[in-house]
Amino acid sequence: MMSFLTSFVNGLSLGSIYAIIALGYTMVYGIAKMLNFAHGDFIMVGCYIIFIFSSNLGLNPVAAILIAIVLCTLLGITTERVAYRPLRNAASPLAVLITAIGVSYFLENLALLIFGADTKSFTSVVPWAGISLFGGSLQIQGITIVTILVSLLILIFLQLFVHKTREGQAMLAVSQDRGAAMLMGIDVNKTITLTFAIGSALAAVAGALLASAYPSLTPYTGAMPGIKAFVAAVLGGIGSIPGAMIGGLVLGIIEILSRTYISSQLADAIVFGILVVVLIVRPTGILGKNIQEKV
Amino acid sequence: MLKKKMLSRNSKGRFTTYGIVIAAWIIMEIFMRAGLMSSHLEGLLVPMTYYAIVAVALNLCVGILGELSLGHAGFMCVGAFSSALFSLVTDGVMPDGVRFLIALVIGVIVSAIVGFLIGIPVLRLNGDYLAIVTLAFGEIIKNIINAMYLGVDSKGVHISFESQMALNMEPEGKTLINGAMGVTGTPHDANFTIAVILLLLALVVVQNFIDSRDGRAVMSIRDNRIAAESIGIPVTKYKMLAFTISAAIAGMAGVIFSHNIATLQSTSQYFGYNVSIMILVYVVLGGIGSIRGSVIAAVILYLLPELLRGLNKYRMLIYSVVLIAVMIINWAPKAIEKRTAFFDSIRKGMKRNGTA
Repeated sequence: MMSFLTSFVNGLSLGSIYAIIALGYTMVYGIAKMLNFAHGDFIMVGCYIIFIFSSNLGLNPVAAILIAIVLCTLLGITTERVAYRPLRNAASPLAVLITAIGVSYFLENLALLIFGADTKSFTSVVPWAGISLFGGSLQIQGITIVTILVSLLILIFLQLFVHKTREGQAMLAVSQDRGAAMLMGIDVNKTITLTFAIGSALAAVAGALLASAYPSLTPYTGAMPGIKAFVAAVLGGIGSIPGAMIGGLVLGIIEILSRTYISSQLADAIVFGILVVVLIVRPTGILGKNIQEKV
Repeated sequence: MLKKKMLSRNSKGRFTTYGIVIAAWIIMEIFMRAGLMSSHLEGLLVPMTYYAIVAVALNLCVGILGELSLGHAGFMCVGAFSSALFSLVTDGVMPDGVRFLIALVIGVIVSAIVGFLIGIPVLRLNGDYLAIVTLAFGEIIKNIINAMYLGVDSKGVHISFESQMALNMEPEGKTLINGAMGVTGTPHDANFTIAVILLLLALVVVQNFIDSRDGRAVMSIRDNRIAAESIGIPVTKYKMLAFTISAAIAGMAGVIFSHNIATLQSTSQYFGYNVSIMILVYVVLGGIGSIRGSVIAAVILYLLPELLRGLNKYRMLIYSVVLIAVMIINWAPKAIEKRTAFFDSIRKGMKRNGTA
């Protein structure tokens, strides 16, 4: 029972990290209508920035995270401006997808060039050892608790931001109908830039948490969590903020539980299998809206 | 009138493609025979060709059927492993040529079946949902084969997902798939000439499919599904048909793959989603829907990072920058506008000079 609880809490923690990444994915997808394949690599960039400032230069982890958030935001805005915006109205939606893959290759190989292929050991940004419950039979690490809390805070913040502020309303409008939003006087470019800024900042936060929980850092650290988070976003219904949260949590918990109880080699297959099953039953994800195609 | 003209141009273009492939093959063979080719480059010829085959297969799915698949490496994986198993079991039983031919047929049929089975749920979805599910299936295939232990002894076939010991085989039993260690000892039956012949076969099949009544039905679904359905085209049937053919051809590339490599492992390096993405890059840069473009792009883009080897550490960085730049120059509406204006001004200038 206790081992189940431990796995469950670990799954919750991993799920929260997926959820934070998926929130970035789902917002960018909902508003810019593009799969940002480089999103996972933004996480990796965030990890390396924190690694430099915190582990190498000995800066306070919180300050390092703040620097990472700022730099990742700038990276996101620049990427959107240089690589994605020129292709926004391209004849084929695949054009911007391939460019995103190009950006992903670029970031991975730049990191490879600067930091090398060897694994860097990341020091956790949360020094707190955590708590032990039931007389020590259930240990919960500090980073686990912080991760879950941070993801909840981000979810609440994003929900309030999207539904209560003018900028958030603009995002909703752009995601529903870009042309109509533009006619209503909404600055579409600015809205999309803001979305990328938020998404990239979330990637930096996710990076800090991910690298603290799984402290080995390589140029490819972000790729697989990025894909899994995208799966989570689709699972929850892409474009939906609560959906991304639910999708992330479900995915994380299933992944850890199948790692513990079924097979660590087959865990990924099971995670992707869940996606397939959910999409067959609900083709637009758990909370996705089904938009009827009209003639 | 217009239609007739387009069709004849189409079939002419088709023979140009075959001609390019055969000419490239002759040139490479001459270089090889004359010893002008480094052994490193020689080793790249077969991979280059099977990636061209997968690019053709994926283009059938993305360009002709109009559905984005990110799981074609998975079909390659199925073709590779099923054919390798056959070759391994029958090694020494029959002549090499016959064995490879049967292995090829098995690889193609098994991946077609897998493609068909995956197509049933996948093709109900649309757009990016479909893409992510094909990615998921690709990863599932790779993962399951990577975790599988398969052995054969006098009692029959044993399968386990735990360890080689769990197969419970007789001492003289033969382990075929050793989990993550993969398959070793597949006979090295494939070579550049065979790969080129199969590439030509893939081209003939795909071109004929596109030019056939079935192919036109598939393209009508791509252009407007609802309109196609309303004039009585069975949408699901044609989608399944194109997807299955595409999977079968990707499986064929997998057969070449497994008969050209000493140790066949189901790792991300060979069959992960990043391989599917790499092939998608070939398809898009070659031109979505252009079969010839896929072949040319696959060859150039596969060789490009290898030819940049002199630049060593910077090659993938340069490759990525080139990729982004090419996409923007080729596809950005503003860049297209400027390009057209530029060529128009040149044309006008030439006309003026001509009349003067």
